[in-house]
Amino acid sequence: MLNTEPCIERPDDFYEALLTAHQGLTTEQSHELNARLVLILANQIGRYDVLQEALAAARGNLERTTEGAPR
Amino acid sequence: MSETANRDIDYQKLEFDYHKSPDQSRAQPAHHPVVVVGAGPVGLTLAIDLAQRGQRVLLLDDDHRLSTGSRAICFAKRTLEIWDRVGVGQRMVDKGVSWNVGRVFFRDQEVYRFDLLPEPGHERPAFINLQQYYAEGYLAERAAELPNLEIRWKNKVTALTQDGDRVTLTVDTPDGPYEISASYVAACDGSRSPLRGLLGQESKGRIFRDRFLIADLQLAEPLFPNDATERWYWFDPPFHRGQSVLLHKQADHVWRIDFQLGWDADPDEERKPERILPRVQALLRQGFERDVPFTLAWASIYTFACLRMDRFRHGRVLFAGDSAHGVSPFGARGANSGVQDAENLAWKIDAVLRGRAPDALLDSYAGEREYAADENILNSTRATDFITPKSEVSRIFRDAVLGLAREYAFARSIVNSGRLSVPATLDGSVLNTADVDGFTTLLRPGAVAADAPLSREGRATWLLRELGPDFTLLVFGAAPAWAAELGVQVLAFDGNALHDAQGLAAQRYDAAPGTAYLIRPDHHIAARWRAPTAAAVRAALDHALAKA
Repeated sequence: MLNTEPCIERPDDFYEALLTAHQGLTTEQSHELNARLVLILANQIGRYDVLQEALAAARGNLERTTEGAPR
Repeated sequence: MSETANRDIDYQKLEFDYHKSPDQSRAQPAHHPVVVVGAGPVGLTLAIDLAQRGQRVLLLDDDHRLSTGSRAICFAKRTLEIWDRVGVGQRMVDKGVSWNVGRVFFRDQEVYRFDLLPEPGHERPAFINLQQYYAEGYLAERAAELPNLEIRWKNKVTALTQDGDRVTLTVDTPDGPYEISASYVAACDGSRSPLRGLLGQESKGRIFRDRFLIADLQLAEPLFPNDATERWYWFDPPFHRGQSVLLHKQADHVWRIDFQLGWDADPDEERKPERILPRVQALLRQGFERDVPFTLAWASIYTFACLRMDRFRHGRVLFAGDSAHGVSPFGARGANSGVQDAENLAWKIDAVLRGRAPDALLDSYAGEREYAADENILNSTRATDFITPKSEVSRIFRDAVLGLAREYAFARSIVNSGRLSVPATLDGSVLNTADVDGFTTLLRPGAVAADAPLSREGRATWLLRELGPDFTLLVFGAAPAWAAELGVQVLAFDGNALHDAQGLAAQRYDAAPGTAYLIRPDHHIAARWRAPTAAAVRAALDHALAKA
């Protein structure tokens, strides 16, 4: 089950590190970094059911526009 | 069964003669129990299988040649096992090319190398590479050995009607049209299936907006030291920016290259040698750092779609192979799934024609192979989405996977240039009898029986070779006394003739003393028990014949 209770050690340090990792990158490079980060963290989680819950939570109530509708 | 060698035949040039049949002069249409339409790998396999079962089979083909050029090339383990049963497996393996080492490149770097070391204890490799014309040639030669299998070339079906009893076909020939009737018709007439059109049916699905160039090359010198064989796959290489390229080897030192071209490529321009030669030269120079003299043996441009018919059965007409379903080429699921269709259909038509099973058994053909087609389409669509990202974000993730794969093993498992074709486990088939005893799930009812090395009276043999054309009760221990009265083949590891010398059969079948498996004629598992009873086995057998 997806754990949504706070469990990141040193949340302020983590958030700063996240932004620092993106520093000096173009938006395109930042997208690349994010994609790599998602894949690395997904492997760390491993469990498919948890990943599905995480995807659903991340998707939240983002509007599904006609153009962006999944195939 | 003879596996004769005719190594020097150019199967692409072979022409088969049209002969006028006595059927063409009859006042009333001649009746045939089963007519197969289309002499490709699927139709030939089906016709041979039915003929080996003793059926009188008529195979019609609207042409008089075998396949030419570069079409199906990867034939999977399951296909080879099926071809063992029809007597051509060894020839295919002898002629085919095996490889284990593959490399994946991203941009200008090798991302990783893999070695598909085969799991020991199986007679057949995971797959071989072989040109389709060899596969068809060997099948056609096997077909010619069977007196109860007649092939009529240049016989084109132009009309089809059916009622509850029979199908009536109008067949056009160089001598004009004639009519025949059939109890069952198998439509193995390819992706453009004329029979599908005659029934007013369609094959529907997703068409991919991409084009690929196939170039078959005869190289003047080996590409790898010691004439080794490797499969190379490039994503976005410097010599073919933004697209993918696949290189692999076929028999007779023919290398096949698939260049992804994108949707905007002009197919008429791209198939011209003056466009192809520089592409190949760039690949050889940049990929192998040398100039290798070569001749272009074949080139064509293809697009593809993942689609299927809603139903594979229409009354007495059954669709098999590309007529019923189409996939992208990634993962070699076209011809391989078609040969499995043939395998599934042959024993069922035979059982129904013999009155051993009701006509409803043929409904299970449609149900099982529609399910398998969905699985193949899913796998091939996923590979296509990786190779041809459909949006900006899918390209970002695809490139991120490839970028990570060089350093991190986990990302390699996501790289998808086509997954190995393995047979569908027919979960949920109406012919399965659900487990009542505890077993590991791998070889559950619906799965294809696993091979294992055995010995019979001191001679090495294989489990799949020991399965006959009919149902088999495989017993890990002495066969119960009632087994002989089941009317099926009984194979028992009873300490006498047959031995599971290495214990691999017991391991793969999660067997304890007394465990028994009921295996269908097409090698799918129908049922299994820890302590079988006559009543349970009989019930499962009836169930697998759609009788109960």
